[in-house]
Amino acid sequence: MTQDLVIYAIYIGYAVSVLMGFGTILTWVERKQAAVMADRIGANRAYIRIPFTQYKMIWLGLFHGVADGLKMLLKEDWKPNSYDRVAYALAPWVVFTPVLLVFAVIPFGGVLDPGKLLSAFPAASEWFGDRTYAMQIARLDAGLLIVFAFGGMSIIGAMLAGWSSSNKFSMLGAVRAGSQMISYELVMGLTVLGLILIYGTVDLTTIVQQQSATLLGFLPGWGIFLQPFAAALFLAAAIAENKRIPFDLPEAESELIAGFYTEYSAMKMGLFMFAEFIEIAIVAALFTTLFLGGYNLPFMTDAGIVFAGDLVLPMSHGAVVVTQLVVFLVKVLAVASFQILIRWSLPRFRYDQVLMFAWKFMLPLALVNLCVTAVLAWSNHG
Amino acid sequence: MGDALSRKPYQRKVYWNAPTLTWWERVYLFEIMRGLGITGGVFLRNMWRWMTGRKGALTTYYPEETRADYAAGNRGKHILTQRPDGRPQCIACNMCATVCPAQVIEIDAAFDPEDTAHPKSPSRFEIDYSRCIFCGLCVEACPEDAIRMVKEVPELPSMDRDHMWLKMDELLTWKPQRDVAKPYPPKAGGSA
Repeated sequence: MTQDLVIYAIYIGYAVSVLMGFGTILTWVERKQAAVMADRIGANRAYIRIPFTQYKMIWLGLFHGVADGLKMLLKEDWKPNSYDRVAYALAPWVVFTPVLLVFAVIPFGGVLDPGKLLSAFPAASEWFGDRTYAMQIARLDAGLLIVFAFGGMSIIGAMLAGWSSSNKFSMLGAVRAGSQMISYELVMGLTVLGLILIYGTVDLTTIVQQQSATLLGFLPGWGIFLQPFAAALFLAAAIAENKRIPFDLPEAESELIAGFYTEYSAMKMGLFMFAEFIEIAIVAALFTTLFLGGYNLPFMTDAGIVFAGDLVLPMSHGAVVVTQLVVFLVKVLAVASFQILIRWSLPRFRYDQVLMFAWKFMLPLALVNLCVTAVLAWSNHG
Repeated sequence: MGDALSRKPYQRKVYWNAPTLTWWERVYLFEIMRGLGITGGVFLRNMWRWMTGRKGALTTYYPEETRADYAAGNRGKHILTQRPDGRPQCIACNMCATVCPAQVIEIDAAFDPEDTAHPKSPSRFEIDYSRCIFCGLCVEACPEDAIRMVKEVPELPSMDRDHMWLKMDELLTWKPQRDVAKPYPPKAGGSA
């Protein structure tokens, strides 16, 4: 019992620090990647000077994130003369919390056996006995459904923010956010249905484990090879859900100032921004889990790397755990970087194009994809 | 009356060409992929340059770096020529300050009756680079060849606009090794 508590406290600490870390690092990645894509150097003026020396730590501009955070914390928390102060104060948290909660069901590693891992320390090893823990805060049968349930909650936050700001720009932004996010939520759900048909489960851990298989003898059995259309549609819908360029109509600054968070300042506005950056990581983690084989290297299972022809490269438990944690983070960072590439390449849609894109292009495609998958799955399984 | 009825319907003048998209372009997805390929390619190219120790950006890292492509005739900084003993050649006649169209030169004169050849010299000679237009008229006006312009650019960027005034210590840093007009070091006993 106590062992469970210890393990899950560690998991939660890991998850929160990973998310916060991604939220901070991605602000830097976004700046630097945009700069490198545009033949520029990027933000590199913020520094910390080591006291009593002339040595300035610039570190490629990593401290700009710290400067941003400090600025947001120290700014005046200006409040509009709104009639709904409770909703106004609540909205950033309603946006921020579900984003964090989604990560609870995403597996960031395989099965952890602390008894085996700590075999160098007999007392600790004995204390844990032969308990094993899936590296995931909450292993729920309804994993994917939980993701969508929490994902839908951030719509409420955006609507609350726009409604309670008593500002027309905020209101317009909130209305846009609502209709856009609901539309793309639908597309996202439909694209994932094909995967559920193939894997026969919504439990994310099982989905990842099934992706360690091999396709056609040489391809890793990743979702992106089974459902390439679904992968592209899912990523597009997820970016739209996150309200980033090219789908950032709810906060289009040339039209709506800042959309639904126009009236927010200081750390409340910072929470919106932070939620956006964490959601990039969440979307990347979801995409990794569903389409890129999750925490495993190609052909890798908890036992080791299994090549075609039953050639097994066994790995020690510690090596497996470390590999899985690192591989997951690397994949998430790569997908996040790809999202940033999209954000700095494409121009913003017009609003009617955004909704048209969802209902007239992506939804039919997702439906076709689902039908084809259903027929194929049915003909395969009999 | 028949004239009015037979008039052609008004046609709006077309000022631009309507965009003509091919089917391939209208599908959009492939063009997106092509665009991502371009931007991603630039990203990878520049990253490769950074990682191999070269510069992957067009930016001049000002003020740490100065541009290499200044024009050959560019003259960005004034200097005061010196007498052999290191004092300025300037006789504080105020001709340059008078001719200066931007009125950026300020001179205070000092008087030294001991030095019969050059009794008058500047005790303060300052140029405000925030207003200087680099026209070079001061150089032309000078009767003593005491002020010239050189190719360097002064280090102006700072947090305080007072630093844009170059004082005499900065203007007297020019120590030429080969100068036809003023041999350096001066010949002993020369007129200089």
